[in-house]
Amino acid sequence: MAVADLMDQVATTRLDELVSWCRKNSLWPMPFATACCGIELMAVGASRHDIARFGSEVFRFSPRQCDLMIVAGRVVMKMLPVLQRIWQQMPEPKWCISMGACASTGGVFDTYCVVQGIDRFIPVDMYVPGCPPRPEQLIQAIVDLQDKIQREGTMFGKEFSVASRQQTKRALQEP
Amino acid sequence: MPIEEIVNSLRVSFGDPQAGAPPASAVPIVTSWRGTTRVVVPAEKSYDVLAALKQQHGFDMLVDITCVDYLNYPGARDRFGLVYLLAGTETGLRLTIRVFVNEPEPSVRSVVGLWEGANWLEREVWDMFGIRFQGHPDLRRILMPEEFTAFPLRKDYPLQGLGERHNFPVLTRGES
Repeated sequence: MAVADLMDQVATTRLDELVSWCRKNSLWPMPFATACCGIELMAVGASRHDIARFGSEVFRFSPRQCDLMIVAGRVVMKMLPVLQRIWQQMPEPKWCISMGACASTGGVFDTYCVVQGIDRFIPVDMYVPGCPPRPEQLIQAIVDLQDKIQREGTMFGKEFSVASRQQTKRALQEP
Repeated sequence: MPIEEIVNSLRVSFGDPQAGAPPASAVPIVTSWRGTTRVVVPAEKSYDVLAALKQQHGFDMLVDITCVDYLNYPGARDRFGLVYLLAGTETGLRLTIRVFVNEPEPSVRSVVGLWEGANWLEREVWDMFGIRFQGHPDLRRILMPEEFTAFPLRKDYPLQGLGERHNFPVLTRGES
Protein backbone atom coordinates (compact mmCIF):
# COMPACT_ATOMS: atom_id res chain seq x y z
CA MET A 1 0.00 0.00 0.00
CA ALA A 2 1.41 3.23 -1.04
CA VAL A 3 1.77 6.06 1.38
CA ALA A 4 -0.50 8.17 -0.79
CA ASP A 5 -3.43 5.82 -0.14
CA LEU A 6 -3.23 6.42 3.59
CA MET A 7 -4.76 9.83 3.13
CA ASP A 8 -8.02 8.18 2.10
CA GLN A 9 -8.07 5.39 4.65
CA VAL A 10 -6.48 6.67 7.82
CA ALA A 11 -7.46 9.58 9.98
CA THR A 12 -5.36 10.93 12.79
CA THR A 13 -6.95 12.45 15.82
CA ARG A 14 -6.58 12.67 19.55
CA LEU A 15 -8.03 9.80 21.53
CA ASP A 16 -10.01 12.21 23.67
CA GLU A 17 -11.58 13.69 20.57
CA LEU A 18 -12.55 10.27 19.27
CA VAL A 19 -14.04 9.16 22.56
CA SER A 20 -15.94 12.39 22.94
CA TRP A 21 -17.24 12.07 19.40
CA CYS A 22 -18.61 8.64 20.25
CA ARG A 23 -20.11 9.79 23.51
CA LYS A 24 -21.78 12.90 22.21
CA ASN A 25 -23.60 11.01 19.51
CA SER A 26 -25.02 8.40 21.82
CA LEU A 27 -26.40 10.35 24.74
CA TRP A 28 -29.01 8.20 26.40
CA PRO A 29 -31.42 10.34 28.38
CA MET A 30 -32.79 9.50 31.78
CA PRO A 31 -36.18 11.24 31.78
CA PHE A 32 -36.77 12.67 35.25
CA ALA A 33 -40.09 14.18 34.25
CA THR A 34 -42.18 15.46 37.13
CA ALA A 35 -44.45 18.03 35.52
CA CYS A 36 -45.65 19.59 32.29
CA CYS A 37 -42.09 19.82 30.94
CA GLY A 38 -42.29 16.05 30.78
CA ILE A 39 -45.00 16.34 28.15
CA GLU A 40 -42.72 18.45 26.01
CA LEU A 41 -39.97 15.94 26.67
CA MET A 42 -42.23 13.25 25.24
CA ALA A 43 -42.88 15.44 22.23
CA VAL A 44 -39.14 15.69 21.70
CA GLY A 45 -38.97 11.93 21.59
CA ALA A 46 -41.93 11.58 19.24
CA SER A 47 -41.73 11.55 15.47
CA ARG A 48 -42.28 15.22 14.74
CA HIS A 49 -39.23 16.47 16.60
CA ASP A 50 -37.46 13.11 16.73
CA ILE A 51 -34.57 13.27 19.15
CA ALA A 52 -33.24 10.15 17.40
CA ARG A 53 -31.67 12.45 14.82
CA PHE A 54 -29.14 13.34 17.52
CA GLY A 55 -28.50 9.81 18.75
CA SER A 56 -30.58 10.22 21.91
CA GLU A 57 -33.67 8.24 21.05
CA VAL A 58 -33.09 5.58 23.69
CA PHE A 59 -34.91 6.89 26.73
CA ARG A 60 -33.95 4.51 29.49
CA PHE A 61 -35.95 4.36 32.67
CA SER A 62 -33.09 2.65 34.39
CA PRO A 63 -30.44 5.13 35.55
CA ARG A 64 -27.66 2.60 35.16
CA GLN A 65 -28.13 2.62 31.41
CA CYS A 66 -28.17 6.38 30.99
CA ASP A 67 -25.64 9.14 30.74
CA LEU A 68 -27.84 12.19 30.35
CA MET A 69 -30.29 13.19 33.03
CA ILE A 70 -33.06 15.51 31.85
CA VAL A 71 -34.83 16.99 34.86
CA ALA A 72 -38.15 18.18 33.47
CA GLY A 73 -40.34 19.82 36.06
CA ARG A 74 -40.34 21.04 39.59
CA VAL A 75 -38.60 19.03 42.28
CA VAL A 76 -40.04 19.08 45.78
CA MET A 77 -38.38 18.32 49.08
CA LYS A 78 -39.55 14.75 49.11
CA MET A 79 -38.36 14.15 45.55
CA LEU A 80 -34.88 15.60 45.89
CA PRO A 81 -33.31 12.62 47.72
CA VAL A 82 -34.73 10.42 44.95
CA LEU A 83 -33.23 12.70 42.31
CA GLN A 84 -29.85 12.61 44.00
CA ARG A 85 -29.95 8.87 44.33
CA ILE A 86 -30.80 8.39 40.67
CA TRP A 87 -28.03 10.80 39.73
CA GLN A 88 -25.55 8.78 41.78
CA GLN A 89 -26.72 5.56 40.19
CA MET A 90 -25.92 6.80 36.70
CA PRO A 91 -22.50 5.66 35.51
CA GLU A 92 -19.80 8.15 34.58
CA PRO A 93 -19.43 10.07 32.39
CA LYS A 94 -22.79 11.73 32.83
CA TRP A 95 -24.38 15.05 32.15
CA CYS A 96 -27.47 16.87 33.31
CA ILE A 97 -29.92 19.14 31.56
CA SER A 98 -32.18 21.28 33.74
CA MET A 99 -35.27 21.68 31.60
CA GLY A 100 -37.65 24.54 32.22
CA ALA A 101 -38.01 27.34 34.71
CA CYS A 102 -39.01 25.14 37.64
CA ALA A 103 -36.09 22.75 37.50
CA SER A 104 -33.69 25.64 37.01
CA THR A 105 -34.99 28.12 39.58
CA GLY A 106 -38.16 26.83 41.17
CA GLY A 107 -40.18 28.94 38.75
CA VAL A 108 -43.40 30.34 40.12
CA PHE A 109 -43.37 27.78 42.92
CA ASP A 110 -41.50 29.82 45.50
CA THR A 111 -42.98 27.84 48.38
CA TYR A 112 -41.74 25.92 51.38
CA CYS A 113 -41.64 22.53 49.71
CA VAL A 114 -40.24 23.27 46.24
CA VAL A 115 -36.48 23.19 45.71
CA GLN A 116 -35.39 26.49 44.19
CA GLY A 117 -33.24 25.09 41.40
CA ILE A 118 -31.80 21.59 41.21
CA ASP A 119 -28.34 23.04 40.61
CA ARG A 120 -28.14 23.74 44.32
CA PHE A 121 -27.85 20.03 44.93
CA ILE A 122 -26.68 18.26 41.78
CA PRO A 123 -24.37 19.42 38.97
CA VAL A 124 -26.10 20.86 35.90
CA ASP A 125 -24.53 21.28 32.45
CA MET A 126 -27.30 22.94 30.47
CA TYR A 127 -30.21 25.11 31.49
CA VAL A 128 -33.23 25.34 29.22
CA PRO A 129 -35.47 28.36 29.84
CA GLY A 130 -39.17 28.24 29.16
CA CYS A 131 -42.40 27.29 30.84
CA PRO A 132 -42.42 24.73 29.40
CA PRO A 133 -39.70 25.00 26.75
CA ARG A 134 -40.54 24.25 23.16
CA PRO A 135 -39.12 20.95 21.91
CA GLU A 136 -36.78 22.92 19.68
CA GLN A 137 -35.24 24.50 22.76
CA LEU A 138 -34.51 21.14 24.31
CA ILE A 139 -33.02 19.92 21.03
CA GLN A 140 -30.86 23.03 21.02
CA ALA A 141 -29.70 22.19 24.53
CA ILE A 142 -28.75 18.69 23.43
CA VAL A 143 -26.88 20.07 20.44
CA ASP A 144 -25.09 22.54 22.67
CA LEU A 145 -24.26 19.77 25.13
CA GLN A 146 -22.84 17.70 22.28
CA ASP A 147 -20.69 20.66 21.34
CA LYS A 148 -19.55 21.01 24.93
CA ILE A 149 -18.67 17.32 25.17
CA GLN A 150 -16.71 17.52 21.93
CA ARG A 151 -14.82 20.58 23.05
CA GLU A 152 -13.79 19.57 26.53
CA GLY A 153 -14.47 15.85 26.86
CA THR A 154 -11.64 13.53 27.87
CA MET A 155 -11.43 9.79 27.89
CA PHE A 156 -11.13 9.51 31.66
CA GLY A 157 -13.35 12.41 32.55
CA LYS A 158 -10.59 14.76 33.66
CA GLU A 159 -12.79 17.71 32.76
CA PHE A 160 -15.11 16.81 35.63
CA SER A 161 -12.39 17.17 38.23
CA VAL A 162 -11.21 20.60 37.08
CA ALA A 163 -11.45 22.97 40.00
CA SER A 164 -13.57 25.45 38.12
CA ARG A 165 -16.17 22.75 37.49
CA GLN A 166 -16.46 21.92 41.15
CA GLN A 167 -19.61 23.37 42.51
CA THR A 168 -19.11 25.40 45.62
CA LYS A 169 -21.44 24.86 48.52
CA ARG A 170 -24.32 27.21 48.04
CA ALA A 171 -25.48 29.35 50.89
CA LEU A 172 -28.31 27.70 52.71
CA GLN A 173 -29.95 30.73 54.23
CA GLU A 174 -32.90 32.45 52.63
CA PRO A 175 -32.41 35.96 51.26
CA MET B 1 -86.24 13.08 56.82
CA PRO B 2 -85.40 16.60 55.74
CA ILE B 3 -82.27 18.26 56.99
CA GLU B 4 -84.18 20.53 59.37
CA GLU B 5 -85.53 17.60 61.34
CA ILE B 6 -82.10 16.06 61.62
CA VAL B 7 -80.72 19.31 62.93
CA ASN B 8 -83.60 19.58 65.39
CA SER B 9 -82.95 16.10 66.69
CA LEU B 10 -79.31 17.08 67.13
CA ARG B 11 -80.49 20.03 69.20
CA VAL B 12 -82.56 17.75 71.37
CA SER B 13 -79.76 15.22 71.80
CA PHE B 14 -76.77 17.50 72.10
CA GLY B 15 -78.13 20.90 73.05
CA ASP B 16 -76.95 22.63 76.15
CA PRO B 17 -78.56 20.73 79.05
CA GLN B 18 -78.33 23.80 81.30
CA ALA B 19 -80.66 25.76 79.07
CA GLY B 20 -83.63 23.48 79.40
CA ALA B 21 -85.52 23.45 76.14
CA PRO B 22 -82.78 24.76 73.85
CA PRO B 23 -83.61 27.80 71.76
CA ALA B 24 -82.71 27.81 68.10
CA SER B 25 -79.49 29.68 68.77
CA ALA B 26 -78.20 27.26 71.39
CA VAL B 27 -75.38 24.85 70.85
CA PRO B 28 -75.16 23.44 68.25
CA ILE B 29 -75.24 26.63 66.22
CA VAL B 30 -76.81 26.13 62.82
CA THR B 31 -76.37 28.35 59.81
CA SER B 32 -77.55 27.87 56.29
CA TRP B 33 -76.20 29.39 53.15
CA ARG B 34 -77.24 28.71 49.59
CA GLY B 35 -78.94 25.50 50.47
CA THR B 36 -76.19 23.95 52.55
CA THR B 37 -76.59 23.57 56.27
CA ARG B 38 -73.73 24.07 58.63
CA VAL B 39 -73.73 22.93 62.23
CA VAL B 40 -71.12 24.16 64.70
CA VAL B 41 -70.39 21.54 67.32
CA PRO B 42 -68.18 21.89 70.40
CA ALA B 43 -65.02 19.83 70.19
CA GLU B 44 -65.86 17.59 73.13
CA LYS B 45 -69.15 16.56 71.51
CA SER B 46 -67.94 16.25 67.94
CA TYR B 47 -67.48 12.49 67.96
CA ASP B 48 -70.88 11.83 69.47
CA VAL B 49 -72.62 14.14 67.01
CA LEU B 50 -70.82 12.59 64.05
CA ALA B 51 -71.57 9.08 65.32
CA ALA B 52 -75.24 9.93 65.66
CA LEU B 53 -75.31 11.41 62.20
CA LYS B 54 -73.79 8.29 60.75
CA GLN B 55 -75.69 5.70 62.72
CA GLN B 56 -79.12 7.32 63.05
CA HIS B 57 -79.42 9.73 60.16
CA GLY B 58 -77.80 7.89 57.26
CA PHE B 59 -74.74 10.04 56.67
CA ASP B 60 -72.72 7.05 55.60
CA MET B 61 -70.18 8.92 53.52
CA LEU B 62 -67.44 11.21 54.83
CA VAL B 63 -66.62 13.40 51.87
CA ASP B 64 -63.76 15.35 53.39
CA ILE B 65 -62.12 16.59 56.53
CA THR B 66 -60.27 19.85 56.26
CA CYS B 67 -59.34 22.78 58.40
CA VAL B 68 -59.13 26.57 58.37
CA ASP B 69 -56.66 28.63 60.37
CA TYR B 70 -58.40 31.77 61.62
CA LEU B 71 -55.29 33.48 62.94
CA ASN B 72 -55.72 37.25 62.50
CA TYR B 73 -59.09 36.68 60.87
CA PRO B 74 -61.47 39.57 61.57
CA GLY B 75 -64.01 38.62 64.19
CA ALA B 76 -62.76 35.11 64.72
CA ARG B 77 -62.88 33.76 68.25
CA ASP B 78 -61.13 30.45 67.72
CA ARG B 79 -57.85 29.56 66.08
CA PHE B 80 -58.71 26.49 64.02
CA GLY B 81 -61.98 25.48 62.41
CA LEU B 82 -62.27 21.86 61.39
CA VAL B 83 -64.70 21.09 58.60
CA TYR B 84 -66.40 17.71 58.21
CA LEU B 85 -68.34 17.31 54.97
CA LEU B 86 -70.90 14.53 55.24
CA ALA B 87 -73.21 13.00 52.67
CA GLY B 88 -75.88 10.33 52.78
CA THR B 89 -75.80 8.09 49.77
CA GLU B 90 -79.32 6.81 50.43
CA THR B 91 -80.92 10.07 51.49
CA GLY B 92 -79.03 12.37 49.16
CA LEU B 93 -78.56 14.85 51.99
CA ARG B 94 -75.41 16.81 52.68
CA LEU B 95 -74.31 18.40 55.92
CA THR B 96 -71.30 20.40 57.05
CA ILE B 97 -70.04 20.04 60.61
CA ARG B 98 -67.72 22.70 61.99
CA VAL B 99 -65.58 22.05 65.05
CA PHE B 100 -63.43 24.81 66.53
CA VAL B 101 -60.27 23.96 68.42
CA ASN B 102 -57.59 26.13 69.96
CA GLU B 103 -53.95 26.21 70.91
CA PRO B 104 -52.07 24.92 72.76
CA GLU B 105 -52.29 21.37 71.48
CA PRO B 106 -55.44 21.55 69.41
CA SER B 107 -56.98 18.14 69.34
CA VAL B 108 -60.23 16.37 68.61
CA ARG B 109 -61.34 12.77 68.75
CA SER B 110 -60.62 10.71 65.66
CA VAL B 111 -63.51 9.44 63.56
CA VAL B 112 -61.59 6.60 61.93
CA GLY B 113 -63.80 4.25 63.91
CA LEU B 114 -66.84 5.63 62.08
CA TRP B 115 -65.47 6.09 58.58
CA GLU B 116 -62.33 4.21 57.56
CA GLY B 117 -61.69 6.88 54.95
CA ALA B 118 -61.01 9.40 57.69
CA ASN B 119 -57.62 7.82 58.23
CA TRP B 120 -55.69 9.69 55.54
CA LEU B 121 -57.88 12.78 55.77
CA GLU B 122 -57.00 13.19 59.43
CA ARG B 123 -53.36 12.51 58.70
CA GLU B 124 -53.40 15.32 56.16
CA VAL B 125 -54.97 17.75 58.63
CA TRP B 126 -52.38 16.71 61.21
CA ASP B 127 -49.58 17.18 58.67
CA MET B 128 -50.70 20.61 57.50
CA PHE B 129 -52.24 22.14 60.66
CA GLY B 130 -50.90 20.10 63.56
CA ILE B 131 -54.27 19.14 64.95
CA ARG B 132 -53.98 15.95 66.91
CA PHE B 133 -56.69 13.34 66.41
CA GLN B 134 -57.00 11.32 69.57
CA GLY B 135 -57.44 7.63 68.93
CA HIS B 136 -56.12 7.73 65.38
CA PRO B 137 -54.44 4.37 64.64
CA ASP B 138 -51.54 5.77 62.61
CA LEU B 139 -51.13 9.53 62.99
CA ARG B 140 -48.05 10.15 60.85
CA ARG B 141 -47.26 12.84 58.29
CA ILE B 142 -48.72 12.02 54.93
CA LEU B 143 -47.48 14.72 52.53
CA MET B 144 -44.39 16.26 54.05
CA PRO B 145 -41.20 14.30 54.77
CA GLU B 146 -41.05 12.55 58.11
CA GLU B 147 -38.26 14.76 59.41
CA PHE B 148 -40.29 17.91 58.75
CA THR B 149 -41.23 19.58 62.01
CA ALA B 150 -43.48 22.53 61.13
CA PHE B 151 -47.13 22.64 60.11
CA PRO B 152 -46.98 24.51 56.82
CA LEU B 153 -50.61 25.57 56.33
CA ARG B 154 -50.73 27.43 59.62
CA LYS B 155 -50.97 31.15 59.02
CA ASP B 156 -47.94 31.87 61.17
CA TYR B 157 -45.74 29.66 58.97
CA PRO B 158 -44.05 31.67 56.20
CA LEU B 159 -44.94 30.78 52.63
CA GLN B 160 -41.33 30.23 51.68
CA GLY B 161 -40.68 28.04 54.68
CA LEU B 162 -37.97 28.22 57.27
CA GLY B 163 -35.16 26.96 55.05
CA GLU B 164 -36.21 23.30 55.06
CA ARG B 165 -36.16 23.23 51.26
CA HIS B 166 -32.42 23.93 51.25
CA ASN B 167 -31.51 21.49 53.95
CA PHE B 168 -30.01 18.79 51.73
CA PRO B 169 -26.50 17.56 50.97
CA VAL B 170 -24.92 19.07 47.84
CA LEU B 171 -23.60 16.61 45.28
CA THR B 172 -20.62 17.89 43.31
CA ARG B 173 -18.95 16.49 40.25
CA GLY B 174 -16.15 15.13 42.33
CA GLU B 175 -18.44 13.27 44.70
CA SER B 176 -20.84 11.73 42.22
